[in-house]
Amino acid sequence: MNDSIVSLVDKYHLIAAFAVIGLTMYVAYWLSRHLTAGRLHGSAIAIIIGLVLAYVGGVSTGGSKGLADVTLFSGLGLMGGGMLRDLAIIATAYGVRFQEVKKAGLRGIIALFLGVLVSFVAGAVVAIGFGYTDPVDITTIAAGAVTYIVGPVTGATLGASSEVIALSIAAGLVKSILTMIATPMTARLIGLDNPRSAMIFGGMIGTTSGVAAGLAATDARLVPYGAMTATFYTGLGILLAPTVLFLAVRAVF
Amino acid sequence: MVIYGVALLAGCMLVGLIIGDVLGQLLGIDANLGGVGIAMLLLIFVTGYLKDRGKLPETTESGINFWNAMYIPIVVAMAASQNVAAAFSGGMVAILAGVLAVALGLALVPVLTGKKVDDARPLDAPPSAPHAPSGR
Repeated sequence: MNDSIVSLVDKYHLIAAFAVIGLTMYVAYWLSRHLTAGRLHGSAIAIIIGLVLAYVGGVSTGGSKGLADVTLFSGLGLMGGGMLRDLAIIATAYGVRFQEVKKAGLRGIIALFLGVLVSFVAGAVVAIGFGYTDPVDITTIAAGAVTYIVGPVTGATLGASSEVIALSIAAGLVKSILTMIATPMTARLIGLDNPRSAMIFGGMIGTTSGVAAGLAATDARLVPYGAMTATFYTGLGILLAPTVLFLAVRAVF
Repeated sequence: MVIYGVALLAGCMLVGLIIGDVLGQLLGIDANLGGVGIAMLLLIFVTGYLKDRGKLPETTESGINFWNAMYIPIVVAMAASQNVAAAFSGGMVAILAGVLAVALGLALVPVLTGKKVDDARPLDAPPSAPHAPSGR
């Protein structure tokens, strides 16, 4: 009896994911209304619940896809994977007026370059502080602080060791997860309540999953603006980190 | 029909991703450069064009709006399938590098945003009198 239910849920994994996420959203919005009197947004609580479940799933299975590694919840990987996520991000652009994108466009581009540079320098400073002296190691860890995709791509290009590459992925994951949690908490402080600052935020932070979830938890109307710049960030990072930025690190060390 | 909206969205996504891929190849990087962002701009232009000509009926719209409304649940599913355990097992180097990158990034947002001008007004604020409203 139990086995047949498990195999049924496994077979219809995406449908099961819809049901699980629906239930999570219900619980999160209930908690938001009754426990925080609406001060902490329901979607912020839902994302935090998601992250906690991902931690539990990751620790219990030893896999790399959080709760999606648990057979019963494998559909979460498809539902929250890159394909449907990007489709939904693009759909949020419906109703955005191009005028607003254009007005903040230049600052958004500046934020993109500055964002990659600042994250890279932050990662490099920490790496140097922990005693790394090889320019390849420093560059790989610094690239990880850009995003968890830029790190391993840079490391592979430069021929870094697998331990350093793992470290750079972890740095990028910390950035992404922290962005999800810290954005709604600091939004008021940094003036993240309008299209312009959302585009700059997307460029400064850049890690797509972090920006996507952070803005969803702050104000869903800001998502298209932040996502628009953030989607250029990883590509720019992969362009700059193993080339210009690596040469700069090598010039210093 | 609803599928027209979904197909329009899918078409914009595919064209955007192809352009992003070509851009990446031109620059010699193994990555898609802004394909999703390009797709978003395409969707804005194409739907704007169709709407101006009255060629975007409500049922077509609802095909796009459904995926728009699914955004937050999808993000929650994404959060639940993140490799959170690996993030915490990376040790202090990884944690500090990530924390510092986020802290500096967030701190620089108000610096770059600059003074409060018309296009940097909160979405909730009432439109200022003589200008066109910028919020939605």
